[in-house]
Amino acid sequence: MNRRTIRRVRSNLMVGLMMLAVLIAVVPLFFILGSLIVKGAGSLSLAFFTKLPAPVGETGGGVLHAIVGTLIMVGVASLMGIPIGMGAGIHCAEYPGSKISSMSRFVSDVLNGTPSIVIGVFAWTFIVAKQKHYSALAGSIALAILMIPMVMRTTEELIKLIPGSLREAALALGYSRWRTTLSIMVRTALPGLATGSLLAVARVAGETAPLLFTALGNQFLSFNPNAPMGALPLVVYTYATGPYDEEHQFAWAAALVLIMLVLALGILARFVTRRRFGASSG
Amino acid sequence: MTTPDTTAATKMRAALDRSGGQKPAGAGFRARMSLSGTAYGDLIFRGILVACALAVPILLVALVIELVQGSMLAIHAFGFHFITTSTWDPVAGQFGAFPLIIGTLLTATIALLLAVPLSLGVAVYLTEFAPEWLRRPVATTIELLAAIPSVVYGLWGVFVLIPVLRKVFFPFLRDTLGFLPFFKGVIYGPSVLSASIILTIMIMPFIMSVSREVLLAVPTSQREASLALGATRWEAVRTVIIPYARSGIIGAVILGLGRALGETMAVTMLIGNRHDVSTSLFAPGYTMAAAIANEFAEAATPMHYAALTYVALVLFVITILVNAAARLLIWRVTRSGGKAA
Repeated sequence: MNRRTIRRVRSNLMVGLMMLAVLIAVVPLFFILGSLIVKGAGSLSLAFFTKLPAPVGETGGGVLHAIVGTLIMVGVASLMGIPIGMGAGIHCAEYPGSKISSMSRFVSDVLNGTPSIVIGVFAWTFIVAKQKHYSALAGSIALAILMIPMVMRTTEELIKLIPGSLREAALALGYSRWRTTLSIMVRTALPGLATGSLLAVARVAGETAPLLFTALGNQFLSFNPNAPMGALPLVVYTYATGPYDEEHQFAWAAALVLIMLVLALGILARFVTRRRFGASSG
Repeated sequence: MTTPDTTAATKMRAALDRSGGQKPAGAGFRARMSLSGTAYGDLIFRGILVACALAVPILLVALVIELVQGSMLAIHAFGFHFITTSTWDPVAGQFGAFPLIIGTLLTATIALLLAVPLSLGVAVYLTEFAPEWLRRPVATTIELLAAIPSVVYGLWGVFVLIPVLRKVFFPFLRDTLGFLPFFKGVIYGPSVLSASIILTIMIMPFIMSVSREVLLAVPTSQREASLALGATRWEAVRTVIIPYARSGIIGAVILGLGRALGETMAVTMLIGNRHDVSTSLFAPGYTMAAAIANEFAEAATPMHYAALTYVALVLFVITILVNAAARLLIWRVTRSGGKAA
């Protein structure tokens, strides 16, 4: 074999290995989704969404408390996390040179790399330990802290994408600075901001670690943010690690619901951007 | 009271605007902000933004203070020996986090060793070799993996992955590579290796999607130039494209490492949760995040809480060091790369 053939064979070999890598990488997804549907769909019924868990030993029941709990906690977290994250992001984009911006940017990178369990410990020492009881609010705050750096980064990047001429045009027309920012810059970036926020919501909706010792979980329907509250990821965790087969069934079904919730948010996020941007660009 | 002020401001603004054509834009804005009647609006708005932006660093300071305060008891009792001792006895009040730290570093390293070649292979294939129609669907599919919550990975790992590993893969490893100390001994289902494998699956999408974006940013002219010089397509990848994207790829890998270090739920469910260091990867272990997740809600003594908070503090410091190292590395690589190019 001459040198050229060796080189060509080596090239093809490497491409073959890469195709193998693609195969190995894609298989788990179908494997996971497949097991979720096979093992989870069987336990899904109307009762699963509308009833509370049955006592151990009895069949039936549902996870209404956890669905409600997840919606409340993620909703409260979004109310806290999205405005602060957006405000900080707008500040970084509109006053990029200021010391506050660079400090805020740096710290948000640090927070973004912080494991969610550490945020959970923080929420525990900061709120639970001082109040001396577990609460959904502590869980929401932990989730909000996770959201802030994510929302902040997308906000800053999206606003920076808007051409400066738009801002200058608005200011030249006599718009004040704050109106320029809000009705020109933020307004233009709005679809993207909605997408970014929805993706952040989708990410924290599946978080378990920061809720373990803040919201703790609850077997009953609760609307009180100052008391322990159930959540879908917590249900998956407790039932998956429980000893009974029925519990494992329940865990699979709850996981399926959780995945559907997260995927729905993700698809909604993509849809928001595509519709608005698609209309304007083509 | 504000009315005359406003008219005066309007006049001055008009005057400024007339002469402002020649002035630098920044100076014009500043003058207008301080003179116009909407200065209060601007002031309030800016105040809100500054408050939001300051909330982030304040949060970090609060986080550090709370973690240090919360672990004070353990810091006083064990000091730095906490990191190097291995006793973990909540009843006797003796705590040492050495096995946890080793477990965290070990699982993250193994996951990285497995995930990096895999995800780089996928990323390179998708940007350089795959037919056009295949690129987007495969990339989206793999990115979907990143959206799956950690606890679902844990569930799947416990009931689907572990049985397969224990019955098929681990015995195979022991038979073929059993001469190495890592693949000796009794096979447990929940083990360091199981946790590492689930971590691999979890961090792969992140490394893949970031390095794919970096590779997409490599200019086509670079590819064409190397191909024109007679390189095979693989040689073009190895000698031109990957070196060009090097800094971004390193960033992607470090991102994956950061996630692997802090990953909690799936690891907790798969690693077997034993405070022990073993050379065999088939044996159960423990990680820092898993210990916190497992024991925090059930901790009985203040010292146990303090020890777990101390673990959280150590984990926090490790992730900060990793991220700082990553930034330094990327900064240096981009600088030297800039010189070379």
